[in-house]
Amino acid sequence: MTEAKKVPVKKVEPVVEKEPSLWDIFTKGIWKENGIFVMVLGLCPALAVTSSFEGAFGMGILVILVLTMTNTSVSLIRKVVPDTVRIPVYVIIIATEVTITKMLVDAFAPALATKLGVFIALITVNCVVFGRAESFASKNNVIKSLLDGVGVGVGFALSLVIIGFFREFLGTGAIVLGKTLPLGFEYTVFEGLGLGKYAFAVLVQPPGAFMVIGIILAIITAARQAKGVKK
Amino acid sequence: MNLIAILISSMIINNIVLMQFLGLCSFFGVSTKMKSVVGMGLAVITVIFLSAAITYPLYKFVLVELGIQYIDTIAFILVIASLVQLTELIIKRFSQSLYKALGVYLPLIATNCAVLGVALTNVATPQSYPEALMFALGSGLGYAFIIITFTAIRLRLDSANVPKAMKGLPIAFITASLMAMAFMGLSGII
Repeated sequence: MTEAKKVPVKKVEPVVEKEPSLWDIFTKGIWKENGIFVMVLGLCPALAVTSSFEGAFGMGILVILVLTMTNTSVSLIRKVVPDTVRIPVYVIIIATEVTITKMLVDAFAPALATKLGVFIALITVNCVVFGRAESFASKNNVIKSLLDGVGVGVGFALSLVIIGFFREFLGTGAIVLGKTLPLGFEYTVFEGLGLGKYAFAVLVQPPGAFMVIGIILAIITAARQAKGVKK
Repeated sequence: MNLIAILISSMIINNIVLMQFLGLCSFFGVSTKMKSVVGMGLAVITVIFLSAAITYPLYKFVLVELGIQYIDTIAFILVIASLVQLTELIIKRFSQSLYKALGVYLPLIATNCAVLGVALTNVATPQSYPEALMFALGSGLGYAFIIITFTAIRLRLDSANVPKAMKGLPIAFITASLMAMAFMGLSGII
């Protein structure tokens, strides 16, 4: 290489990224990095357990629990675990904590355990849980990871509840409460409206799951495009 | 139920993707190129079958004997992860061309919920070893069948005149919904 070819060294200004506040870490998981609607990850439970509002709600709570636990523990051990074996270690941690959660559900909410079935155990391979452990908790301190876990979990749970609400309400005409969750009472919301005869029953069937998510994603895209046009 | 019935039911009627919602991340994530999808399908068939062949006896003869059925998820995920590694090594050793085709997709399978889902369903339902193997084979074939069909449709959608807001994933979901509806019509055959 000749001297003449030498390109003058460009001075690159280091981009100083503003340290995100704890509140930002918590809220970004709810909307900006929402697991289902924005990242389109963790779809299996989003489609499988949302045929009823309560199932979706229960699953949401479990995902919040698991994400909080896994993010915290992965963050705690992040300096001890060598980089090369980190993935098997994370998998074991996640599997163990999911098993603990599953036992708790079996003990305290047997109806929910029957309703969710194999999908409780499958939280182990939920891309959202693993993704947060790998991309956030393995690089940040415990407090931040805990908040990130709760935030992403709440965002995931909210999406499930939204999907579950539309599927059960439009699919059966009412929302049943207290049947699968141990609430201590049973109540059917919107039953008095008598919408049952107009129900779009396919929504509680498997095709309805894909349809509802597709329509919600389209609405989000449309909203973003409309926003972009105004600017 | 005889073995052929189990094979057809798990492959088509109770299709693992459209009816049981397993393996959806890869279903929507990978289905953009035909070549990679065929590779992914083959890899999934292999890993689902092998993992079912190992996890079923492991559960019946080790976990149940020792009375520690509750650690099934942990044990199975370990089996699947090591199996994926092993398959990768074997394919790399014996067939370079196959390794090149499957290489990148093999590690992804460890987190594919279809594999763990089939292993867990197999031990949760009372069925014999051949039945469990048949169920695993049918599920794998069903996964490959659906993901290849779906990719063929998606490739055509790329050139279709889709409303602006529906482009990309939303229309893919609607397509999957219509496919699921078509498959619902098959229920009741067996």
